[in-house]
Amino acid sequence: MAHAQGQQHPIGVYLKIWGLLFILSTASYLVDYFHFQGYLRWTLIVVFMLLKAGLIVAVFMHMVWERLALLYAILVPPLLLMVLLGIGALEADYTFETRGIFFGAKAAAPAQHK
Amino acid sequence: MTRPAMTTSGEALPLPEGLQGIVADWSSDQRAFKNVPWGKAMMWIFLLSDTFIFSSFLIAYMTVRMSTTEPWPNPSEVFALTLWGKEIPLILIAIMTFVLISSSGTMAMAVKYGYEKNRKMTFVLLLITAALGAAFVGMQAFEWTKLIEEGVRPWSNPMGAAQFGAAFFMITGFHGTHVSIGVIFLIIVAIKVIRGDLDHERPGFMTGRKGNYEIVETMGLYWHFVDLVWVFIFAFFYLW
Repeated sequence: MAHAQGQQHPIGVYLKIWGLLFILSTASYLVDYFHFQGYLRWTLIVVFMLLKAGLIVAVFMHMVWERLALLYAILVPPLLLMVLLGIGALEADYTFETRGIFFGAKAAAPAQHK
Repeated sequence: MTRPAMTTSGEALPLPEGLQGIVADWSSDQRAFKNVPWGKAMMWIFLLSDTFIFSSFLIAYMTVRMSTTEPWPNPSEVFALTLWGKEIPLILIAIMTFVLISSSGTMAMAVKYGYEKNRKMTFVLLLITAALGAAFVGMQAFEWTKLIEEGVRPWSNPMGAAQFGAAFFMITGFHGTHVSIGVIFLIIVAIKVIRGDLDHERPGFMTGRKGNYEIVETMGLYWHFVDLVWVFIFAFFYLW
């Protein structure tokens, strides 16, 4: 638990997390190096990313030793971004299809004039 | 008149844990964040707002990448370097990632030695962190130079979708600015540590409050956050 003197933890904890972050970074680099594609690639990237982010926030930023009042105040609000993510994805799909219809026709038009 | 009870702060009484603890902390008088110095709570709230800024950039990037009809430039090839006569994909970005993670490790240890009031170790570790951060910015400058020479602009590029340049310069530029500011503050904190400002509780600039080693942890939070943002940029911009 957090104590009055501040966050004091054995150095081994930091070194272990450091090592894990190195391993996870290497793993995510290898995903690109070995040219994994499609859902396998995306799943691996997201899993390694979330593990790294979790370790940094939990240990390096001491979140596991903080009181829940602070933890929830900081970690819950970003979940709202999921709404923006959803809106962005919907809008992007719509734009993509609209471009397909209009620019697709425009690109085909000069060919007909030849 | 009876004298008021001498319970001056929340720490004097045992604090409830779990869900009850959250309700008790938030409904209590004066302070919601117990056991946390005010500077740290404020840094967390700043980082929360920064999370929204970076997330907005990344979501904007997702939107333009999904909506473009032209092929997106392959980051694996764009950021490849030829080393020892061999083309290695994304190698510069990988090195930058390791450099930034290492700086996070030294920062975490600096915080630990700070609370132990080990002035010299804290100073050295803070300087190593700053040096690694500066190295990161240097590599980013190299990367920008390389891409600009190859003709990448915010409005066009020779490899594919025009939006690539805008997203790249905006996201990495904003992150690089954060790293640069972090390096400057790391050096300031390191000087305060070695001069003994924190041991002698000298107030910092723009404040009358006594200096103490909590500022090293607050600095650390900012620095780890910069590393954290890079984790997401690395995954979504460079690897996707």
